[in-house]
Amino acid sequence: MPKTPWSHMRLTRLAGPLPAWQGLVDHAGWRAACARCQADGGRLVSLWGTDARHAAQGFLIHALLAWTDRLIWLTTRAGDASPHYPDVSDIFPATAREQRATADLLGLTCGSADARPWLRHDAWSAADFPLREDFTTATAADAKPYPFLRVAGDGVHEIPVGPIHAGIIEPGHFHFSVVGDDVLRLEAHLGYAHKGVEKAFGSLSLADGSRLAGRICGDSTVAYTLAYVMAVEALDGYTVPPRAQALRALLLERERIANHLGDIGALCGDGGLAFGQAQFGLLKEHWLQTHQKLFGHRYLMDTITVGGMACDLSEADGVAMTAQCRELAGALRALEEIVNDHAGLQERFLGTGTLTAEQVERYNGVGLIARAAGVGRDMRLEFPHAPYADLPVQDTRRPEGDVAARVALRFAEMHASLELVRHLLAALPDGPLASHCATTRHTRALGGAEGWRGEIFVAIERHAADGSHRVHVHDPSWQNWPLLELAATDGLIPDFPLINKSFNLAYSGHDL
Amino acid sequence: MEKLIKRIFATGLPEVRLPATPAHREETDAIAAFCAQAGRAIAVRHVDAGSCNACELEILAANNIYYNLARLGVHFVASPRHADILLVTGPVSRHMADPLRAAYAAMPAPKLVLAFGDCAAGCGVHTANYATIGRVTDVIPVDITLPGCPPPPLVLISALHRLASMKTA
Repeated sequence: MPKTPWSHMRLTRLAGPLPAWQGLVDHAGWRAACARCQADGGRLVSLWGTDARHAAQGFLIHALLAWTDRLIWLTTRAGDASPHYPDVSDIFPATAREQRATADLLGLTCGSADARPWLRHDAWSAADFPLREDFTTATAADAKPYPFLRVAGDGVHEIPVGPIHAGIIEPGHFHFSVVGDDVLRLEAHLGYAHKGVEKAFGSLSLADGSRLAGRICGDSTVAYTLAYVMAVEALDGYTVPPRAQALRALLLERERIANHLGDIGALCGDGGLAFGQAQFGLLKEHWLQTHQKLFGHRYLMDTITVGGMACDLSEADGVAMTAQCRELAGALRALEEIVNDHAGLQERFLGTGTLTAEQVERYNGVGLIARAAGVGRDMRLEFPHAPYADLPVQDTRRPEGDVAARVALRFAEMHASLELVRHLLAALPDGPLASHCATTRHTRALGGAEGWRGEIFVAIERHAADGSHRVHVHDPSWQNWPLLELAATDGLIPDFPLINKSFNLAYSGHDL
Repeated sequence: MEKLIKRIFATGLPEVRLPATPAHREETDAIAAFCAQAGRAIAVRHVDAGSCNACELEILAANNIYYNLARLGVHFVASPRHADILLVTGPVSRHMADPLRAAYAAMPAPKLVLAFGDCAAGCGVHTANYATIGRVTDVIPVDITLPGCPPPPLVLISALHRLASMKTA
């Protein structure tokens, strides 16, 4: 048998539908594993810390690596007093912000060059660590200006934007360094929507946690809830009935379509084609009204529960949905032709905000922005869980990497998702909607779903002693925010709204 | 261009498909009449104080051509200095408390505040903790609280009608 790159580590298989393994390494092994994973073309998906002092293990630091066809949950000990672990941001630069967030929330340091706080502004002081188990209350800190990296030179000036933006969008701060209209550097400062979600999970039962999971990022409620319940079901050994699995995938694809409709409409609006905004807004509204009618919620919140589904689909409604899919596909073909033929819009889209495949690889970019730059990142293809393993998921990659490519990719993905919905409806399995039979009690589990932005992961650890649990949630925007900064660099200030909308990254999902 | 114009005519007028309940008709007529009498639009400034983004999606939906808030004379503005109404979503993350206070302070009097959604109202899943205050009324004075997760566009239109009546009074 050929020696696998991880054969020197003692890995054990994690229960659940994902091809996931776990292993404990020492500090040297931590860096070695990251370096080898990077050399093999793998990526660091998420990095987080936990407080394991109750089990006399001090603090632990975890990394989820996507390494060839496996997901590897790697853990190393950070110690108890003045906990620290090896910096890996030189290997995976997008990890720097997750390392900074881990310092803010748990006080684990790694000695990286950038030690500025990330999620912590002034709600708690540098001496408070909200995710430590002995944390009680925070002492508010003095508001200090965030130390942005300065760009020096003649004629350079700075444009601060946010946290309240001009439109109806989430809060965040963008700091542009410009000469005239040319963007020399963009640096984002996030954390304004930080709500202490990971702490809040600890006071909810695992079953009740699904409502919170569905409200971390409202536009991706299906993907978040699915990732969360998948982890809980793996932890407790639920067997999810095939009908529930099919309906979950159906809702995940419908959520993808709803968001792409909204974003293409907004891109038309920002590009000056009000007609497009009106048309896509109407298509999205009809799509949401169908959600309300068939599933009881316009954005599909609380439709997925631990063990299965809270709603069903009748045969007649399935037939009507198939017809609706055909109708939408026709409307999309007509509108795509109009968008592609519109010189003014194409002039704004083409060559704007270009990302290269190298940049995406370097920053471990994921989801639609990676696929629009030619990098195939799609959980449904890389780590397919039921029912995706049996579905014809299309590779929608295209090489250009600009705003036009992200628009074209969203059109292609809507057609692909409509095709998946039709496939699911044509062969919807019969049987129960949920299983309430917990069979095992594992201590660790992983769940994941390819949301419309990219891969969303949920990792749960249960403490053997008291049955309490710690939930970590990962949004693809952690990797993609630094790429937005790169895409805006060397562009024009007036193009930023278009570039930003073509990414449409999560604030609340990132800030938690 | 020909395809575009054909599509416009094929689409028709979407708002006529709205549920034309007497109550809704009365509300929309009243908002339109208020704006006509005032000779200007009602100006709304939205502030996301840590919402999950679902409330934002519904506020955006209220501006689509189906609900078409602009048709009634309700206009979303970029600065609180231009606003009559502050529309606040989210449980007020502590990091957004100061920006929210600053936005409220920048509004000209008389000013009205609408706390939009369960989190803003203090009955959502995001409750008070080290990072979250828990409801809008603990940070700035609130005139109308609108529960819902998220409240749908017709409910927002209803609330704007109530606020317009308060502004007249």
